Amino acid sequence: MDVEILARIQFAFTIGFHYIYPPLSIGLGLILVIMEGLYLKTGNKIFEHATRFWIRIFALIFGIGVATGIIMEFEFGTNWATYSKYVGDIFGSALAAEGIFAFALESGFLGILIFGWNRVTPPVHFISTILVFFGSLFSAVWIVVANSWQQTPAGFHIVGEGLNVRAEITDFWAMVFNPSSVDRLLHVWIAAILAGAFLVLSVNAWYIIKNKHLDIARPSFKIALVVAAIFSLLQLATGHSSAKGVAQNQPAKLAAVEGHYDSSAKADMFLFGYVDSKKQKARGLFIPGGLSFLVYGNFDAPVRGLNSFKTGERPSQVNAVFQFYHMMIACGMIMIALSIYGTYLWWREKLFSKKWLMTIFVWSVLLPQIANQAGWFTAEMGRQPWVVYGLLKTSDALSKSVTAHQIVFSLVLFTLVYIVLFALFLFLLNKKITHGPVDDQSQDQIDSGSKRDNPIMSH
Amino acid sequence: MFLGIDYNVWWYLVFGAVISGYAILDGFDLGAGALHLFLNKEESRRIAINAIAPIWDGNEVWLVIGGGALFAGFPVAYAAIFSAFYVPFMIFLVGLIFRGIAIEFRSKEPMLWWRKTWDIVYCVSCIIISLSLGLMLGNVVQGLPLNGDKEFAANWIFFFNPFGIMVSVTTLALFMMHGAIYLTMKTRNRLYAKLHLLANNFTIFFVISFVITTLYTLLFIPHLSDYFRGHPQLFIVPILMILCIANIPRQIKRGKFRYAFLSSSATIALLLIMVAIEAFPYLLYSPQSPQNSITIHNAASSKETMKILLIIALIGTPLVGIYTSFVFWTFKGKVKLDDMSY
Repeated sequence: MDVEILARIQFAFTIGFHYIYPPLSIGLGLILVIMEGLYLKTGNKIFEHATRFWIRIFALIFGIGVATGIIMEFEFGTNWATYSKYVGDIFGSALAAEGIFAFALESGFLGILIFGWNRVTPPVHFISTILVFFGSLFSAVWIVVANSWQQTPAGFHIVGEGLNVRAEITDFWAMVFNPSSVDRLLHVWIAAILAGAFLVLSVNAWYIIKNKHLDIARPSFKIALVVAAIFSLLQLATGHSSAKGVAQNQPAKLAAVEGHYDSSAKADMFLFGYVDSKKQKARGLFIPGGLSFLVYGNFDAPVRGLNSFKTGERPSQVNAVFQFYHMMIACGMIMIALSIYGTYLWWREKLFSKKWLMTIFVWSVLLPQIANQAGWFTAEMGRQPWVVYGLLKTSDALSKSVTAHQIVFSLVLFTLVYIVLFALFLFLLNKKITHGPVDDQSQDQIDSGSKRDNPIMSH
Repeated sequence: MFLGIDYNVWWYLVFGAVISGYAILDGFDLGAGALHLFLNKEESRRIAINAIAPIWDGNEVWLVIGGGALFAGFPVAYAAIFSAFYVPFMIFLVGLIFRGIAIEFRSKEPMLWWRKTWDIVYCVSCIIISLSLGLMLGNVVQGLPLNGDKEFAANWIFFFNPFGIMVSVTTLALFMMHGAIYLTMKTRNRLYAKLHLLANNFTIFFVISFVITTLYTLLFIPHLSDYFRGHPQLFIVPILMILCIANIPRQIKRGKFRYAFLSSSATIALLLIMVAIEAFPYLLYSPQSPQNSITIHNAASSKETMKILLIIALIGTPLVGIYTSFVFWTFKGKVKLDDMSY
C-alpha cells in the first residue's frame, strides 16, 4: 500500500478511536452539571450519589480521551508535513487557542472535579464541574473551527509558489466564522450531548431492568431523557442547516451523500439504498425530488450532480459517503423516536413499566456513537480528494520524509495499543456499572432518607 | 514589532517559556513515575500516585500548548521536527498513552497483581517518555541533516548518536531528581525518609551525567558554545545554573525540600534558556548543509498570525496561571488519602 492510503487509514483510525471519548465527556459534563446542581439545590443524597457515580465514569472516559487525543495534535506534523506547512498559519492558531483556552481549563479543574469532593466546599466543586464542562465545550469550538476552515476556507490568501505555497490569515474572524463553522459546531456539540445522555439512559435502563438502585436510576433516567428529547429534536435543525450549507459550499459532497450524478435532473432523497457507481445511479427507497426540496424548496429543481465535476475533483468513494450519511440520519431518527416515545410514556406515567423499551434503551448507547462516527466519515470522505477544499489535495499533503514502513510500524503499534485500551475500558466500565452508584450500607441510608417531596422523584 | 522586539523573537520566547513550563511541571510527574518501582510497599506507591494524580493532566496540557505554539508560529519547523522524529516521537506518544491510563486504571481493581502490573507499566512508560524526550532534545541541539525541502534527510538510526544518548540519560536523571524532591514534599515518616535518600542518590546520578555531557560538548561539539564565547556577559546563565545545581544537594541535606524543588525547577529553566541562546535564531540547525537550516524567520507564520498569537498568549497565559495556582493550592501539603483518591 502506498503512503497516502496508509497515512489516511492511520489518521482515520486514531481520530475515530479518540472520538469515542470527547463527545462522552462533553455530554456527561452537562449531565453532571445538572445532577450536581440538583444536589446543591435540594440537598438530596440521591443526587449526590448519582453525581459521584458519574464523576467516576467521567474520569475513566476523560483519561482515555486525553491519552488518545495527544496523538492527534502531533500526527499533523508526523504524517502530514506538507499540509502542516500549508495550513500552519491558520490551523495552528486555532490549535494553540484550543490548548490555552480549552484544555488548560478542562484539565486544571478536572483535578478538583475528581479528587476535590472532600477538599473544597460544595459550591466550589460545582463551579469546577461547570468549568470542566465549559472547557470541553471550548475544546470542540477550536477544533471544529479548524476543520470547518478545511471544508469552507475563508479569511485567508495564498502566498508563495511551488513547495513554499501556503495559506495565510488575512481576517481572523472571517477565518473563525467561515461559512460552515457555526452550523458544524452546533451539530457537533449537540451530537456530543446526545452521546452523554444516551450513556446515562442506557446504564439506568439496565438498573431498572435488573431492579437495582431504583431510587437513583429512575430520576437519573428522567434527567437524561429530558436532555435527549430536547437535543435530539434540536439536532434536526442543525442538521438541516448544515445540509443547506453543504449544498451552497460543497456541492460535490452534497451530490455524493445522495449519489446524485446528473446535473440536469431533480435530486432524490433516499431513506436507504446504495450507489451503483458504474451505472452512476443510486438505488433504494427514496422520496422523489426530496433533496431538491430540501435545498431549494422545490421538488423539481435540478441539483448539481457529480458528473459536472472532473474525476479528480470529486469524491471517488460515493457509495461509502452515501452509506455513512444515511447511517447517521437513521441513528438520529431512532434517537428522536425513542426519546419522544419515552417522554410520552412518562407523561402517561408508564415510563418504567415496559421492559422491552428499557431493553432498547440499554442498547441505545450505540446510536449516538454510530451517528458520530458516520457523520465524521461523511464529512471527511465527502470532502475528498481535497484536504483543504478546492485548495490542497490530500495526496499532496503528506510528509515527504516519512516512508510506508514507518507508517506501518506506527499503525500496528497504535492498533495493538488501542485494542488493549478498548478492552480495558469496557472491562472497567462494566465493573463500575455493575458495582453501581452506591455500596450496600449507603443504600440503607437512602432508603430511610429519600421520602421527600420532589417532583422528579415521583413517577 | 511589539515593544521594540520582532514578533518572531517574541514567539520564540513564548514557545521556549511553554516548553520550560512543560519540562518543569511534567518533569516532576515523569520523575516521580520513573522512580515508582523504587518504592516497595503498596501503600507507598499509592501515596506516590496520589501525589500527582490531581495535577499531572494539567501539567501535560503544557505539551499540547507547546505543540500548538510551534504549529501556529513556526509551521515549517513543526512539520520538519515531527516528521523527522517520526519513530522516537511515536514511541514517546505511546509512552504518554500508557502513563495516563496506568494512573487511571491502577486503582480501579484491588488485586495485587493488577496493581503491580500497572506499577510496572507506569514506571517503564515514564522512563521511556523521559529518555525519548531527551533523545529528541539532544538531536535538536546538535542539528539534523535537512534537504532543500527542509525535511529530514537521514534514517532514524541517526538519532542514536553519543550526544543524543547522553542528553537522553541526563534528562532522565534530571527528572528523577526533580520528581524525588517533589515527592518528599508530599510525604511523611518512613516514606519521606526513603524519598529523602532517593533524592540524594538521583542528585548524584544527575550531576555525574550532567558533567559528562558538558565535557563531551565542550570537547567534541565546540560550536555549541561559540555564542557564549562571543558574548561573555551571557556566562551569567551557566553560572546561575551551576549555583542552582549546587544548591540542590545543600537544601536536600538541610531537609528544605521546597527550596530544593525551586532550585531544580530553576535548573531546568536555565538549562533550556542555555539551549535557546545557543540555538538562536535556529529552530533546527543542519550542520551538514547550513543553508537548509530552519530559523525563526524562514519557518514563521505571517505577521497577522503572529499578532493574533501574541494576543491569544497575553489573554491565555494569566488565565492558565490562575487556574494552575488554584488547583495546586487546593492540593497543597502532604498527600491525604480519602474515598475519592486513586
